Parts: sequence; structure tokens; C-alpha cells
Amino acid sequence: MKRTKDSFKRLVENFYLVLIMVFLYAPIATLMVLSFSNSKSRTQWGGFTLRWYGEMFKSATIMTALQNTLVIAFASALLATIIGTAAAIAINTMKPLPRTVIMGITNIPMLNADIVTGISLMLAFIAFGISLGFKTILIAHITFNIPYVILSVMPKLKQTNKSVYEAAMDLGASPVYAFFKVVFPDILPGVLSGFLLAFTMSLDDFIITHFTKGAGINTLSTLIYSEVRRGIKPSMYALSTIIFVTVLVLLIITNFAPHKKQEGH
Amino acid sequence: MSSLIDLINVSKSFDGTLVLDDLNLSVKENTFVTLLGPSGCGKTTTLRIIGGFERADAGKVIFDGQDISNLPPNKRQLNTVFQKYALFTHMNIAENIAFGLKIKNKPKSYIQDKIKYALKLVNLDGYENRSVDSLSGGQQQRIAIARAIVNEPRVLLLDEPLGALDLKLRQDMQYELIRLKNELGITFIYVTHDQEEALTMSDTIVVMNQGYIQQTGTPEQIYNEPENAFVADFIGESNILHGTMLRDELVEIFGAKFPCVDKGFGTNSPVDVVIRPEDIDLVSPEEGSLTGVCTHLIFKGVHYEMEVTTPDGFEWLVHSTDMCPVGRKVGIHVDPFDIQIMNKPASEDEEAVGVNE
Repeated sequence: MKRTKDSFKRLVENFYLVLIMVFLYAPIATLMVLSFSNSKSRTQWGGFTLRWYGEMFKSATIMTALQNTLVIAFASALLATIIGTAAAIAINTMKPLPRTVIMGITNIPMLNADIVTGISLMLAFIAFGISLGFKTILIAHITFNIPYVILSVMPKLKQTNKSVYEAAMDLGASPVYAFFKVVFPDILPGVLSGFLLAFTMSLDDFIITHFTKGAGINTLSTLIYSEVRRGIKPSMYALSTIIFVTVLVLLIITNFAPHKKQEGH
Repeated sequence: MSSLIDLINVSKSFDGTLVLDDLNLSVKENTFVTLLGPSGCGKTTTLRIIGGFERADAGKVIFDGQDISNLPPNKRQLNTVFQKYALFTHMNIAENIAFGLKIKNKPKSYIQDKIKYALKLVNLDGYENRSVDSLSGGQQQRIAIARAIVNEPRVLLLDEPLGALDLKLRQDMQYELIRLKNELGITFIYVTHDQEEALTMSDTIVVMNQGYIQQTGTPEQIYNEPENAFVADFIGESNILHGTMLRDELVEIFGAKFPCVDKGFGTNSPVDVVIRPEDIDLVSPEEGSLTGVCTHLIFKGVHYEMEVTTPDGFEWLVHSTDMCPVGRKVGIHVDPFDIQIMNKPASEDEEAVGVNE
């Protein structure tokens, strides 16, 4: 009697889990399936093909946009990581009250609606006479990436024992040498996950890029948006699939990398 | 023997709170000096000023005749053992120990020899390739010591290095430290709040409270001849009583006259009297200078701890291997040389310096 009750309970639990998964991933699964379908119809399966992927790779516009996206994601993540790590180190040495205030301020860009950030950045660029283009996208991406880096480096900094830095100095290390030799290795997992998070966020962004890009330059997300307005092509499904998989892989790496590092100890 | 380190008129405050007030301290070469005091007394700050991790607001730090007040820690010829070990967890034991030597560009073979020597010295031969996390707290602390001493500092600063260890290990490490100090022949400056640790290891104890030095002396001097009630109270257990110095070598406590050995306190002047619990002899009521009733009895293993209440209401703490049952009337006898007379704090100022009661 009890066993049947248990198995029934398990059945309900599993059913619920599957239901949630379907809600979350059915749309993306549809997109992925259609990207391999040898038919322009959205309701009929026309057999398996890699044609759309081939078309995608042949398209110069898509490839330029891909290149822009990757360059911006990499550069903005790198610069945001440097700035954000330096900022986190400074914030960590502050007294409790100023620290709370500064952390609050750095969190605002994350909580702020993207569209507001996007429009205000665009206005600021125009107001200061900076012509919109590649560099404004880059600046905008650095701006919204910094808080993510600070947030991932901060907990690592809090874990580090302050006397480790002092011990290195005590043994004759200069402040810079002491930092890179003993503090940096301790916070490296946080710095790396901050970089990957920033990279993902940049790759993922549409709204802010849309407002700060100006004419004549596209990233993948803005390209898809403009293509969709002209009528969607299956090569866009292929592109979206690739973006989704890339972001998914990066997120998995971000989430598992720090744990692996800790287990290694 | 001239002094190796001198702190001259050193003051330091944090956020408006005065931590050290016009402190003067002189440390001789090849001695084991302990800064002892309750938390917040300024002992760690003093050590950090010597190490260069804090700058004094005023005053000077002199090392071997040279003013090092403004030198950063990496330019000072001393090394520190930190409270939480502060080992570099991403390096193995050998790399940890070699850290300072590599910075000084010592040759590889020299570094190898030094690592071997240091590990032998702290009884951890063969631990070169172990990771920091595989070591127990006591072993980590030994590595921290090894890492400091390979640099051949003239002074080793130790900031409560045994604080995180359990009792047995702490006692073992106390003997280790004494041995190390004797083998290396260098100066140790040790910070602790543990009076037993201080008494066991030190050549000189500096008792601190509220940013002031209360007394400097050998362990025997500090224990047997405390200069004020704070020192008496902080080091070991003691009975601190109000007394009147009738004349040289005679003090009156609660109306009873006790012969003592102290002189020069004037006549009929109020004084503080310190009597250690183990120095009180319980005798028959007729033989005692004072009589009281035993009101408390605890067996402590090595001795019995008893409280004898005299008619004036004072509870005398007594340690003795002879038991006195609760309720028995007893006499209190103290030998003259077991009575320590101290001046009462003369002014409010002196009270603030930490002379309480």
C-alpha cells in the first residue's frame, strides 16, 4: 500500500518536472528543430538538412556581425574584468558604511531596465558629441559588465585572509609583487567567472546595443532583429541556435569552474 | 647589552580612539619578550608598528640604531608569524618557505638547503611537497615559523601564533618555541593574552592595558612583585585588599597587623595589598592573624580551591593541598615575604592608565 503511494508521489513529481521543462525549453527546441528542417514552412518537417547553417556561414553580413559580436564581447569583458577587479579590491578595503553605499551604486546598472540604460547611454554619447558606432557599443558593454565582475570577485576577496598579503610583504615582496603572487591566485576563480559572465552578458545583449550602435554596424542580435522585420529566414533559426548553444556552454563553464577549483584543493 | 629595538614616544589612534599613548619600549638582542594584556590593550598594534604594517601617528621606531619608522614591511629586517598562519594555499610547503629567499634572488642550492634546514628545525622533515591544506593547524603554524626564519631575521614577531591551537598542542608548541629561540639565538617579540604562555616562555614580560605599559619585568618579577592591582589581577589569581601601611614592614588589613618586607610607603598611608591564594596558610583560629569561616570548597586536581569569609565580609581565595570543610572556623596566616604592597593610584590620571580598584 505504502509503496504504491510512494510511486504515485514520484510519478506526480516527475510529471511536474517535465511540465516545467516543456514550458521552458519547448520554444527553443522548436527553433532548433526548424533550423534543421529542409522546408521554409514553420509547421511542416521537410527532412533533415544543414543548408541553413551553410547559408548562414556564407552570408557576409552575418559573418561581419558575428565578428563584431565576438570582438565586442571579448574586449568589453576583458576591460570590464580589469576595471571591475580593481574596483572590487578598493571597495573591499572600505569601511562598512561607504562599502554598502558603493556596492548599492554599482548594483543599480544591473537592476535598471536595459531600455533605460540603453537610451541614457545613447543620449550621453550624443550629448558629449561621440558619434555612435563600434566604440560606443564597446563603452556601453563595458559599463554594464563592470557590476557583474565586481559581484563575482567580491566574495572571493572576502574569503582571502588579509594577513596573506601582509605575510608576502613581510617576506620582502613589494606591494605589486605581493598582490600578483599571493592575492591574485586566491581570487582568480572569481575573476574568471566574472570574465565569463561579462562575456555572456555582452553576447546576449540586444537592447543596449540597439540604442548605442548607430547606423552601419550590427551585432548578431541587432542583425536578427532587423532581418526579422523583413521576414524571417531559416538561416536566422540556425544563427539563433548557435547563439543559444554558445551562451549555454559559457553559463555552464561559469557555474562549474569555481567549484572545480575549490574541489581541487 | 644594548637594545636592538626601541619604540620612542609612540602614539597611535584608530578613528579617533587612542590605542597607544606615548609608549616607550626597548627590546634587547637575543631575548624572548612577550607583550601581554587583555584584548584591545594595544599589544597587537605595537607589534604591527614594529613590523611596519601600521604607521605610528607620533614617535619613532629605532632598529639597531636606525630610524625605520617610515620603512615599509618589505624593507625591514624582521619577519612575522601571523595569528591565522597566513600560508599561501596555492603553493606547496617548499614554495611557501622559499618565498622570501626567491625574492632575495638566492641561488637554488642555497634555497634547497635552507628549506631542508628549516623543516628539520620545526620537526617536519620531508614535508616539502605537501599541500598547505593537508596539514593540521599546529603543522601549519610550524611552517609559518619555518617560512619566517629561513630569511634569518634578527627579530621574529609572533602575533598570538598559538591562539587557534588546542591546549595540548599549545603546550607542546610553547616548548618548541623556547627551543627554537635558543637554537637560533635571535630576538622573539611575542604577543599573547594568555598569561600562562607568557610566564612559561618569556625572558621579559611587558604587561599592557588600555594603550599603556603597566609593568615590564621577568616572569618572576611580574608574578611575585606586581607593581599595581591590574598586573596582580591579570597575572594569576590574587587577593587584592585595601590596607594601611602602619610603618615600614608592618601593614594593617581589616584591623589585623601583618608583618611584611616592604619599606618606604610612609606611615599610616593607604596601600593595595596583594596576596596570592597559594601563599595563604590556613591554621587554627588561635594561631591566625585573622579568623574566618570556610564558605566554599572545590577540588581542582592539583589543589583545593577554598573561600574563607572574614567577619568584614571579604572572601579570601585560598589554594591549598590540605582540605578545609565548609563551615569550619579557621585562622589566616601569611608569611611576611608573601605579602606584596603596592601604591594606591594617586590620581584620576593614574586610574586611567589602568590601575583599577
